[in-house]
Amino acid sequence: MSQDPAQAAPADDDVGDEPVPMMQQLCDNPFLLLFLGVAMPTVLYIVWGVMEIVGIPISK
Amino acid sequence: MAVNRNFRTCPSTGLVYHEPAEKLIRWNAVAGVVSLLVGGVLALLVTLTRWPAVKLLPPDWFYLALTAHGLDMLVFWIIFFEIAVLYFAASTLLKCRLATPKVAWAAFWLMIVGALMNNFAVFKGDSSVMFTSYVPMGAHPLFYLGLILFAVGALIAVFVFFGTLVVGKAEKTYNGSVPLVTFGAITAAIIATFTIAAGAIILIPTFLWSVGLVSHIDSLMYRTVWWGFGHSSQQINVAAHVSVWYAIAAIVFGAKPMSEKVSRMAFVLYILFLQLASAHHLLADPGLTSNWKIFNTSYAMYLAVLASMVHGLTVPGAIEVAQREKGFNKGFFEWLRKAPWGNPCFSGMFISLVGFGFLGGISGVMMGTEQLNLIIHNTIYVPGHFHATVVVGTTLAFMALTYFLIPTLFRRELMFPGMAKWQPYVYGLGMCAFSVFMMGAGTLGVPRRHWDMAFSGAILPHEFPGTAYLMMGIMAVSGIAAVVGGAMYLLITVGSVFFGRKIETPGFKRVPVREGMAPPPAPVAVAPAGHGAIGLGGFVAPGTFVLAMIFLVSFVLYYFVNWKYLSTVWPMN
Amino acid sequence: MTAIHSPAQRVWWKQPLDRVEGTWIVIAFVWCLVMFFMMPYWHIYGKQNLSNEAYRTTPEAYVAKTQAMVDKYTVRTATEQNIPVVHPVPGSDVYLIARLWNFWPILELEEGQTYKLHIMSTDWLHGFSLQPENINVQIHPGYEHVMTITPTKEGTYSIICNEYCGINHHTMASKLYVVKPKKS
Repeated sequence: MSQDPAQAAPADDDVGDEPVPMMQQLCDNPFLLLFLGVAMPTVLYIVWGVMEIVGIPISK
Repeated sequence: MAVNRNFRTCPSTGLVYHEPAEKLIRWNAVAGVVSLLVGGVLALLVTLTRWPAVKLLPPDWFYLALTAHGLDMLVFWIIFFEIAVLYFAASTLLKCRLATPKVAWAAFWLMIVGALMNNFAVFKGDSSVMFTSYVPMGAHPLFYLGLILFAVGALIAVFVFFGTLVVGKAEKTYNGSVPLVTFGAITAAIIATFTIAAGAIILIPTFLWSVGLVSHIDSLMYRTVWWGFGHSSQQINVAAHVSVWYAIAAIVFGAKPMSEKVSRMAFVLYILFLQLASAHHLLADPGLTSNWKIFNTSYAMYLAVLASMVHGLTVPGAIEVAQREKGFNKGFFEWLRKAPWGNPCFSGMFISLVGFGFLGGISGVMMGTEQLNLIIHNTIYVPGHFHATVVVGTTLAFMALTYFLIPTLFRRELMFPGMAKWQPYVYGLGMCAFSVFMMGAGTLGVPRRHWDMAFSGAILPHEFPGTAYLMMGIMAVSGIAAVVGGAMYLLITVGSVFFGRKIETPGFKRVPVREGMAPPPAPVAVAPAGHGAIGLGGFVAPGTFVLAMIFLVSFVLYYFVNWKYLSTVWPMN
Repeated sequence: MTAIHSPAQRVWWKQPLDRVEGTWIVIAFVWCLVMFFMMPYWHIYGKQNLSNEAYRTTPEAYVAKTQAMVDKYTVRTATEQNIPVVHPVPGSDVYLIARLWNFWPILELEEGQTYKLHIMSTDWLHGFSLQPENINVQIHPGYEHVMTITPTKEGTYSIICNEYCGINHHTMASKLYVVKPKKS
C-alpha cells in the first residue's frame, strides 16, 4: 500500500506530453460534475414533475 | 491566522492524517455510531412489535419508535459516518490538509444540534409522522427545524470536502487524477448537494406551515419534492458504500481497479442519473404522467443500474485479479476460497456487495418498474428492499471499514477479535433473511408502517393468510439476529475506541508540512497496459464473470416472474 | 496503483478494457434496454396500467358526487355503522372516499364488468390496497384519481389503508364485494 508513485523513470517522453482526452478532463473537474449532477435531476425530476402537477386539470 | 499543517503517518498503513481532519473524522464517526446505538434499540422495539405473536408496544409508542428509528438510522447514523468518509477521502487519501477545520466543526455542531432537536421532537410524542413526514399530517415545528439545521450542517461539511479538493489541487499534494475512492466520494458529495437542496426546498416551507406562516402545502407537491431529498439521500449511501468497497479491496488485497475508465464512468453515470430514481416513490400517485414516471424511474433507460452492475463486477473482479496475481490462479474460484474470510473487513464488505446486488438491487428494480409497482407500493416489500440496500449494503460496508479504521485512525487494538470475526456473518446474514421475509410478506399484501396486521378494533378487518403471519414471525426472529450482530459491532467498536490497548509508536510526532505532502509532480510515464497472463480463456477474472452471470440469470427470471404475477391481477387502466 | 492512490498513468483513459469488463458492459446494457422498453410495451399490450387521469378538486365537491352515487345506487347497509353498500350499474362512475379512519361507501361490483373508479382522500394521505389482489395505489387529498377497473372473479375483497395515517391507521379497512352479473 505504500508504493512510491514515482518509481517509474521520470522521462519526458511522448506519454508525458500526450493531451488528456476530453472525458478524462471531465472526470478531473469536480465542479463541472457538481453542476451536471445538480442540474440533471433538478430539471428532469423536479421541474418537469412540478410542471405536471401544476398542469393537472380542475374537476368538472 | 496560522494554518495547522501538522500531519502524522500511520506506521502500519502508510496513510497520513492531518491533525484537525483526524479529530473531525473521529468525532463524526463517533456521532454516527451513537445514532446507530439509539436506532438499534428502536429497531429491536419495532421488530418485536411487528412480530404478530409478541406485539410489544402499544400503537402510539410503535409509531413513535418507528419514526425515530427511521431518522436515527437513515439520516443521522449514515450521514455522520459519510461525512467522516468524505473527510477521509479528501484529506487522508489526497495527503492534503482539510480546508477550514473551524467551519467543519461548526458544521459538526450544527448537525449535532439538529439531530438532538429532531429526536427531542419525536420523543416528546407529538411528532410521530415517520421519516417521510407527509403533509397534511403535521409534526412539532422543532421536528422540521432540527432536520433543517442538520441538513445545513451537512451541506457545510460537503463544501469543506469540495474546498479540500481545491486545496489539494492548489498545493499539489497529489499528481494527476484523484484516487478512485476519492472520485466515488466526490460522487457522493454531488448527490448530497442535490439531496440537501431538495430537502431545503420542501422542508423550509413545511416548517413555516407548522408555525402557521404558510397556510397550505400541497400533498402531491410535497411528495414529489420530498423524495428528491428522501430517495437521493439513500443514493449518497450507494455512492459512498461502493467507494468503501473499492477502498477495502485496495486495503485488504492491494487490488487495483480493473480499469480506471470503466469504474469512473460508472460513477459519472451515478452523478447524472441516479437521483432521478426518486420517482420510484411516485409511481402509484395520481396526476404525474407515464412519460415522467418511465423516464425518471428508469434513471433514463436504467443507466444507473448499468453503473451498479459495472461496480458489482469490477470490485470483485479487481479482488480476483489481485488474488490471481498472488498465485491463487487455479480454476474459477480458488481466489475466492482462499480469501481472508476471517477478516471482518473483507467478509463484511463481501456480504455487503452480494446482499446489495442480489437482494437490494434486484428488488429495487422491481419496485421501480412503473407497472410492477402496483403490486408492491407501500407493502412491507418496500422496507424489505431498503433494508437490503441501506443496511446490508451501506451499514455493513461502513461496519467493515470501521475494523480497518480502529487501528489506523483511533490507534487502538481491536477488542474481542474473535467476536469481530463473526460479527459480519451474524449481522449480514440476519439482515439478509430479515429483508427476504419482509419481501415475502409484502407480496402477500402486508402493509408497511402498520401496527397490527390483524386489524384489531376494525369494523371490517381483513384476514391475511397464515403464510403472511409465518413470514412476519421469521422476519422478526431474523431481525433479532441482526440486532445481536449490531450489538456485537457496538460492543467491539465502543470497547476498542475507549478501552482498547493503545498502539504506541516509538518516536511518534506530527510533522508540520509547508506545502502539502506529495513529492513534486514528476510526469509519471507508465505506459497503459492490460493485466498479465492470469485467468482463463482470455478473461482475467473468469470467476467474477461466472458470479455476474448467475446474478443476471436470477435478475431476469425474477423480473419476468413478477410480470407474470402482475398479468393475473384485475385489469385496470 | 490501487483505488486509494492516484492512477499511475497520467492518461488513464487509454488503458485497454479487459475482455471481462467489455463483455459484461454489453450484456448489462442490453438487459437495461429490455427493462426500459418493457414499460412502454406493457402500456400497449399489457392490461394492468395505472391511469394518469386525475383532477384537482375540493373535498366538498367530491363528497357531493359520492353522496349522489350513494343516493342512487344503495342496495343495503352493512355493520352497526350502517355503512351504505352501493351496487352501481356497470360502466358507471364509482366514487370511494378515504378518510380518517374508514373508506366510504362499500362497493359491490359485478364480475367481468368495467367501472370508472374515482378515489380521493378528504383529509390526509391514505393508501388504497386491494387484498388479496394486492393492487396498491396512493390516495391524496385534493386529487381525484380516476381509473378503470375490471373485477375478474366474484368474492369478498378487502380494501386496506397502507399509508400511515395516524394512531388508528390499523383499523382503516373496508370490503369490496364482487358478485355474478344479474341475469337480465
